[in-house]
Amino acid sequence: MLDIQNLSARIDDFEILKGVTLSIKPGEVHAVMGPNGSGKSTLAAVLAGREDYEVTSGTVRYLGRDLLEMEPDERAREGLFLAFQYPVELPGVSMSNFLKEAVNSVREHQGKEPLSAVELLKMMREKAALVDLNPDLKKRSVNEGFSGGEKKRNEIFQLAMLEPRLAILDETDSGLDIDALKIVAHGVNQLRGPERSFLVITHYQRLLNYIVPDVVHVLVDGRIAKTGDKDLALRLEEEGYDWLREETIAAPVG
Amino acid sequence: MTAVKTIDIGTDRPEARFAAAFERNRPHILNGRGQPLAEKRNRALDRFLELGFPGPRDEHWKYTNISKRLERPFEIAIAPAVPELRPQDISRFLIEGLEGSVVVLVNGVMVPGLSSIATDGPVIVPIMDAIGNPVFDRHFGRYADADDAVFTALNTAFARHGLFVHVNRGVKAGTLHILNVTTGVRDTFLQARHLFVVDPGASLTVVETHAGVDAEGMFLNAVVEATIGSDARFDYYRVQDDPGTSAVTGTYVYQEGASYASCGTVTLSGGTIRNNVAVLPDAQHCESHLTGLFIGSGEMHIDNHTLVDHAQPDCFSNELYKGVLDDSATGVFNGRVLVRRDAQRTNAYQSNKSIVLSDKASMNAKPELEIYADDVKCSHGATTGRLDAEGLFYLRSRGLTTDRARTIMLQAFVRDVLDAIAVEPLREVLERAVENRLAK
Repeated sequence: MLDIQNLSARIDDFEILKGVTLSIKPGEVHAVMGPNGSGKSTLAAVLAGREDYEVTSGTVRYLGRDLLEMEPDERAREGLFLAFQYPVELPGVSMSNFLKEAVNSVREHQGKEPLSAVELLKMMREKAALVDLNPDLKKRSVNEGFSGGEKKRNEIFQLAMLEPRLAILDETDSGLDIDALKIVAHGVNQLRGPERSFLVITHYQRLLNYIVPDVVHVLVDGRIAKTGDKDLALRLEEEGYDWLREETIAAPVG
Repeated sequence: MTAVKTIDIGTDRPEARFAAAFERNRPHILNGRGQPLAEKRNRALDRFLELGFPGPRDEHWKYTNISKRLERPFEIAIAPAVPELRPQDISRFLIEGLEGSVVVLVNGVMVPGLSSIATDGPVIVPIMDAIGNPVFDRHFGRYADADDAVFTALNTAFARHGLFVHVNRGVKAGTLHILNVTTGVRDTFLQARHLFVVDPGASLTVVETHAGVDAEGMFLNAVVEATIGSDARFDYYRVQDDPGTSAVTGTYVYQEGASYASCGTVTLSGGTIRNNVAVLPDAQHCESHLTGLFIGSGEMHIDNHTLVDHAQPDCFSNELYKGVLDDSATGVFNGRVLVRRDAQRTNAYQSNKSIVLSDKASMNAKPELEIYADDVKCSHGATTGRLDAEGLFYLRSRGLTTDRARTIMLQAFVRDVLDAIAVEPLREVLERAVENRLAK
């Protein structure tokens, strides 16, 4: 599904990713954890195609293609989805118009007929229920006036609408209370499947109690310092990240 | 009869050509109908010659080089040619679903065969036929003035075409669509003049649209006067979509007690466009709304000057202008709000926002609030900027192409101005027209 090899990237003169290697198979859920400033969100941004970041070395293959050659919108149409850490407000763009445009862009790309207004509304009702979003949101402007929790649920709602192959969740848990976190995690779990992979970026282990990952990576100073199973997340919760920093620093010497 | 004063303006200046045209057509323009109007016309020509066309040093025309536009050797059309049009030639300029009267003016001249006037609507008369009507004579030329006096004066001196529309007390007159089509002409200077008189308790909606077919290098000097009686309502929309025409328009609305007036100005195409809108709520409890939407591309220049003159207490005014400028287009917004000393408890709001899409496009925005009363609520805001990059990326990350994302964001940007259009069929037509104009 996704194969990242030795990926380095910088913004302005700051080298943030310093050789990340990571591989995700269809149906797998990978978590990327790490302290603040370790490069987690940069990884998400580079994968989604944010132009502020410059890739300095490495490769990313997605479904056998060179992901870095693709425009952000082409990535989306090819089934890559980013749930934003800070979802953007679009005053004047209604949710229903936004979703119609997005869903039909993807469908057209797949050679499918566009959804009719009725079909779209039906789908919106179904998918909104997954994350307990008020179904009358269709007339509201995208994210405008949404609470923090609603914005995050709206990201998962869009994920459900767009049915991507690979979903990247960028700190979707930040700013959520435990009830909202459970709703979001429940939504994500409903969307797991053998053909859909997830890259879950989080600062806290807490989310991983509810979205149980197959693989956990720890990103420290722009490199994957350790890879393990879900128990690695628990150890990080107890011991923090310091022991990994020491290992990372020690590693090149040893 | 007063003689035209000899004012030396040099023969090479455009003003001289107008003076000569006036002389040539004097019998035609004055036409022996009514001394008061003839005097008004003569005085107006004197005033025009005194003032002369504004140069770039004129404060009110600083950003709009209108003199340059007027250097063209226009044919000054006192009686413009009117090519024969069939209904199917103009059907695409009609507004689907709009009920009421339609008056079609071809090169400024009313064509009864293409017009349809509702029997229960307002009384509509071409201005030359209205001369001698005491209501017309009382109001004509009374409200149009202000800072753009030179164009008003020129219009008052010459204008022979346009409509006098009178709504009697208490009559709900519905909607009047005035469709202006310029066609088969070039390098011609046209003048249009309307007078709307809405008596107390009456209402009238006017949708004035400008379209062009095979017309180039045109210049329109249009003046609209409206006087709105107490408890009456007047809604006026002007939609400019005539690519071959540069224009100076003046819309002057006078309001009596507890009346409601709205002026919406939408500019989609044209050359150099200057719109002056001035509203004078001259009694208590008036409500005034000014909205504008302009979309500039190519070499277009769109200048909107507004004035809300609060002379009396307890009035409300709200102003919302938005623009999108691409290519080398330039825009100007100058919004003056005057709250005079006696206009206590005035609520006056103004907002002007523009998006500039290219490095060569530019916008000049200047709010001017002058407040001499102490118990008022007034605010203004002006912003000019680029499309929000975060919003664009968000849309692209959901699969929309850059062009589509841009169109959606621009449509969202102008949405509130379109939403302010109370005439639903007009709003729908404009939504489609704006979407087409904004799509890349």
